[in-house]
Amino acid sequence: MNTITKPVYDSAANASPALTEIQELKHYRYLLKQLVRRDIVARYKRSVLGVAWTMLNPLGTMLIMTFVFSNLFKSVQSYPVYILSGLIAWNFFAQGTNAAMSGLVWGGSLMQRIYLPRTIFGVSAIGTALVNLLLSVVPLLVVMLITQTTIHLTFLFLPISILLLTGFALGFGLLLSALAIFFPDVAEMYQILLMAWMYLTPVIYPEEIIPAQFMTIYRINPMYWMLKMFRLPVYEGVIPTFQDLWPALAWSVGMLIVGWLFFTSRSDEYAYRV
Amino acid sequence: MLIESKPLLNQKAKLNSEPIITLQDVSVAYRVPKERIGTFKEYAIRTLQRKVQFNKFLALKDVSLTINRGEVFGIIGNNGAGKSTMLKVISRVLRPTQGRVLLYGKIAPLLELGAGFHPELTGRENVYLNGALLGYDQNAMDAVFEEIVEFSELREFIDAPLRTYSSGMYARLGFAVATAHVPEILIVDEILSVGDEAFQRKCNERMQSYQEQGSTVLIVSHGLAKIQDMCNRVLWLDHGQVQLIGDPAEVIEAYRRSNQ
Repeated sequence: MNTITKPVYDSAANASPALTEIQELKHYRYLLKQLVRRDIVARYKRSVLGVAWTMLNPLGTMLIMTFVFSNLFKSVQSYPVYILSGLIAWNFFAQGTNAAMSGLVWGGSLMQRIYLPRTIFGVSAIGTALVNLLLSVVPLLVVMLITQTTIHLTFLFLPISILLLTGFALGFGLLLSALAIFFPDVAEMYQILLMAWMYLTPVIYPEEIIPAQFMTIYRINPMYWMLKMFRLPVYEGVIPTFQDLWPALAWSVGMLIVGWLFFTSRSDEYAYRV
Repeated sequence: MLIESKPLLNQKAKLNSEPIITLQDVSVAYRVPKERIGTFKEYAIRTLQRKVQFNKFLALKDVSLTINRGEVFGIIGNNGAGKSTMLKVISRVLRPTQGRVLLYGKIAPLLELGAGFHPELTGRENVYLNGALLGYDQNAMDAVFEEIVEFSELREFIDAPLRTYSSGMYARLGFAVATAHVPEILIVDEILSVGDEAFQRKCNERMQSYQEQGSTVLIVSHGLAKIQDMCNRVLWLDHGQVQLIGDPAEVIEAYRRSNQ
């Protein structure tokens, strides 16, 4: 009779869903690993080159961009490295947030049947994108060697840049997927938004061509700061100053907290909605 | 075979009247919008106009009951009576709109066969993935892996991708994974009609051995004969409300009469 006093589950006890969710996620960390593994392994299972595609993909895009734009942006030194250092960050963000959104909608059918921590699909989507990002650092280094671009010691700042972007992407992905459950149109709208957002961010063009009067717009664009965190240490060879760092840090931490709180505060409703 | 062991079970249930699942005045209300609103614009306009209207649909109404450790508990009722909603509330999928659900043991839901399987991954990989979905970790799965392969009779195919499996093989693997560990509470939702007869018998035997080891089993089914055979107590749900709880034969008899 000793177990009676302490239930394993009490539907009435849910004082702080945001904190409970962190504990649940910790408990399900093996599932997290399995989901990331599934996404990476299953995607390339039938292709001959397999996971190598993760590295060939940004390389291919870079080649096309270089071919198309290198004449236009002659002023940019070693344009392939410029592109690639921004592109891997942008791809991570775009793929991760998209997968977080579709992952929750897909996982909805599972969540109707068994209990799972609701954030698990968002977190695993970002986890998968993170593995892809880490793998795409390899072609970046290769291109830097081929184009004889100096690899500065500041390259070692990259883990911090990745951490900042991961926080931002996870927060944004959770926010987005919560919205997509209530309004299915969000998923379609986001594809268009992403395209506009990419052109409003200096991914393929150099910052210098931005007219001065538009710089305010760029300064409120979080991805502008995130890309800076990648370009400065990799391409320019300098450690970001505090002035460059704080907007990225604020966006990262702020978005993560907002996204997590918003998502978990609604998480009881998802099973009713999906 | 099933009937023989029943006296033993009844005895056990009497000895062990320790609650494992308690529902206190549980209600579940689905809010069904009168019209479908799927875009921001519409939603914003209607919220401003206070025109978002919902029909409240009560899938469960003030359900209170206690299920004891070691019981085999059946739930019957017509379609839409709230059986599945009840399982969802108990398996933590839905948080009740009102009332309280208390669990004093770990739940192992029988995932509908193959849910959560990935066709491109091998049987081996899917065993681990499915186990993880059910909340087990690597060590727990390593410990039962051999047993799962044995039980599902899929040793030759365990390293082939799942898309090459037949639906019967899917079902066998699904059942083997979901029941690999002796569960404290096992939830079965209309599942035993899959696979060939020999495998069905094996499933029944396994579930019975779990009962004997003290597992609590919750069964939802339309197969009244099976419910009567297996269960110690039966609940008849109708329009989300408890009609009758008690001895399987009596409850099923009352349910049958009401349907005539």
